Amino acid sequence: MTLLQTCGLTAHYGDFQALFGIDLAIGDGEALALVGANGAGKSTLLRALCGQLAVAPGQIRFDGREIGGLAPDKVVRLGLAMVPEGRRLFPSLTVEENLRLGAYAGRAGPWDLERVFGLFPVLRERRRVAATALSGGQQQMVAIGRALMSNPRLLLCDEISLGLAPVVVKDVYAALPKVMAEGTAVVVVEQDIGQALRFARQYVCLCEGRVVMAGDSATVDRDALRQAYFGV
Amino acid sequence: MDWINTLVEGVLAGALYALFAAGLSLVFGVMRLVNLAHGDFIVLAAYFAYALVAALGLPPLLTLMLVVPLMAGLGYVLQRGLLNRTLGQGILSPLLVTFGLSIILQNGMMQVFSANTRRLHLGSLEVASLHVLPGLSVGWYPLLVLVVAVALIGLMQMLLFRTRLGAALRASSDDIETVRLMGVDSRHLFAVATGLAMAIAAVAGVLMAAKTNFDPMAGPSRLIYAFEAVIIGGMGSLWGTLIGGMVVGIAQAVGGAINPGWQILAGHLAFLAILVAAPRGLFPRTV
Repeated sequence: MTLLQTCGLTAHYGDFQALFGIDLAIGDGEALALVGANGAGKSTLLRALCGQLAVAPGQIRFDGREIGGLAPDKVVRLGLAMVPEGRRLFPSLTVEENLRLGAYAGRAGPWDLERVFGLFPVLRERRRVAATALSGGQQQMVAIGRALMSNPRLLLCDEISLGLAPVVVKDVYAALPKVMAEGTAVVVVEQDIGQALRFARQYVCLCEGRVVMAGDSATVDRDALRQAYFGV
Repeated sequence: MDWINTLVEGVLAGALYALFAAGLSLVFGVMRLVNLAHGDFIVLAAYFAYALVAALGLPPLLTLMLVVPLMAGLGYVLQRGLLNRTLGQGILSPLLVTFGLSIILQNGMMQVFSANTRRLHLGSLEVASLHVLPGLSVGWYPLLVLVVAVALIGLMQMLLFRTRLGAALRASSDDIETVRLMGVDSRHLFAVATGLAMAIAAVAGVLMAAKTNFDPMAGPSRLIYAFEAVIIGGMGSLWGTLIGGMVVGIAQAVGGAINPGWQILAGHLAFLAILVAAPRGLFPRTV
């Protein structure tokens, strides 16, 4: 069943148009990788999906309802959670407080503080520490855990490997299959094509605000994708 | 013994300044909104109490039961209906709007209550005092103000650090865009914060009205004391604000003891001195 579908999604920053008619779909419990160069519109697309960027109502359907232009707090209540680029943890709050705030939307489901600590055991030891005192990888775990606390049906992850050492990226990505095992669909925005294709069965490549290539990760022509990535 | 008396007097006066400041500090911390009408709302609360005493014959301190919820509701509606619209477009629009509100409030109160100075009379509580040592006595009423100030700031601290609402308020102060991603309706949250701030302003206003004379133009000077208390204490620290209020209070008391004309000036000088020595205040937030 289709969980999320966009129909001709367009988005603007003021006079600047950043997305030009994006069509994509993701099914319940599936994984999708969004790849593309800097400025291709990947983050803009996620911001439009989670309500941070105003778009026309009919351009996004989630779980059978039109959610385009809905405020972010309404969108997360419907089960669409975001791990924002750069993690955006709350520095005034401890690790545990950051995680608990993630449950503010009050959705029932498999994820609670104990389960998140089960997924990322290192966070349990550091629960009383200010969130920004953690290492980059641990902060990324808090950001993912915080989004999971809202028990989303769809988790959007924006550049979760950015600035992390390869071994740490592996740890962070290792958590995502466990998330999907609970029936949650996952969209990752990723600059590393290899990482993206390893994780998600489906991929979509954006270039200058348009979908230039999409399909099955297993059968992708990597050279064609690389060319599409850079828009040559 | 005179010096101890002066010090005690300053501490007790400072408690009231801390109450003036607590709501201002909360609203600024959560939504970066400087409410220039905060002092006028304190005076408005004082007039509400005055009107209730005059109309219903209530004992002055009992009017708090009505004035606090009234002001809290007013704060919620004000934020939801007006101030929320001024946010997100830089610092200037909320400043201009609250400056305008301040003028409207002052002139409105002038129309309704006239320019005469008013005061709430507490009867025997005004002069009752506790003899701590020979030569040192502390008025019961200032002591009550101190207890209320400490209790309210303690309650606010608990609200901010022990509750879900408090975590959302602190997180808003860090990053409002991301707080919305958590499912927080920021317009409602801001309105709750302003409602809380107004409830504290209501307590401050009623306690002030029984301590000093007030008139419709008394707001701006309360606002100055509140600003000074917040900045001396360090932005974002409630206990710092309490200490900041006391620093202003003690400086005023000492100045007044040396020469009655220096009272107000001494408070401002102490503020300037601390601003020079510790620009971020005495207890700056570490993050």
